[in-house]
Amino acid sequence: MVDTFQFTPKINLEFTIREKDFFLAGESASRVKKTLQQLGMEQEIIKRIAIIIYEAAMNVAIHASHGMLRVFISPEAITIETEDAGGGIPDVDLAMREGYSTATHEIREMGFGAGMGLPNIKQCADELKIDSKVGTGTLLQATVYFTNWQEKH
Amino acid sequence: MTLREIQTYLGAEILCGEGQLDREVREAFACDLISEMLASASSHMLLITSLTNAHVIHTAEVIDALGVIFVGGRRPAEDVIEIVKKNSSIPLLTTKCQMFDCCGLLFARGVQANRKDPL
Ligand SMILES: Nc1ncnc2c1ncn2[C@@H]1O[C@H](COP(=O)(O)OP(=O)(O)O)[C@@H](O)[C@H]1O
Ligand SMILES: [Mg+2]
Repeated sequence: MVDTFQFTPKINLEFTIREKDFFLAGESASRVKKTLQQLGMEQEIIKRIAIIIYEAAMNVAIHASHGMLRVFISPEAITIETEDAGGGIPDVDLAMREGYSTATHEIREMGFGAGMGLPNIKQCADELKIDSKVGTGTLLQATVYFTNWQEKH
Repeated sequence: MTLREIQTYLGAEILCGEGQLDREVREAFACDLISEMLASASSHMLLITSLTNAHVIHTAEVIDALGVIFVGGRRPAEDVIEIVKKNSSIPLLTTKCQMFDCCGLLFARGVQANRKDPL
């Protein structure tokens, strides 16, 4: 994990997701959660961020081969980004549907593969962007703003 | 009901978090799907599950669970329990009760289904 404090109060966290490293997702979600608690952030926002990290990083470990998880923290917002070099998502709209999953039996036995990851991320994020190319990989960016959540709901 | 009362009532074994058993349990959620736990979580609920891998522990941490009860006599491996001991001190209990019995018994004692926090 790299913590870089810059001139503006910005913090970036970075994790490498290795192939079949199924536990990095939960570990990094827990760790980022602790960091944000130390920064005194509101509990409900922290939970949404942790859920996004968990689901997005898990998707890289399960569905792609390897990639990066990055968390950009600024005073206005947090952006969670996963970038992988996996097979990509042929139909993003279909993948976004609750219950749609291509996960294997092994993954389901771990308690994942319910096809709820992307819908969960969408629900927790204020903004979600998925840029995927078949054969190249997927870039997912989810942003949570600190202010406008109440207005949106 | 406190976690300690639940422990006695279910004849459950404490795996860790002995010091936190005075926590009052009002709501619980039972399920074996991680994404569903993450999606349906409300803070301070008891998690009832038959999954025993490290994901359940990390999930319990992420959703601020009051505690976790493993049903059907299942128990996580020692290294999984170690994660909790190191990180969060969430109480873990294991009971021989099956899922349905465990939920029914707690429900009869006034533990409610969790209400999802507005996300
Ligand atoms: N990073 C990724 N790379 C390739 N495919 C992905 C990725 N993330 C998601 N997918 C595809 O989208 C589907 C739905 O994802 P999700 O909603 O998280 O459900 P689940 O992970 O339970 O299958 C996955 O089954 C998979 O086919
Ligand atoms: Mg998923």
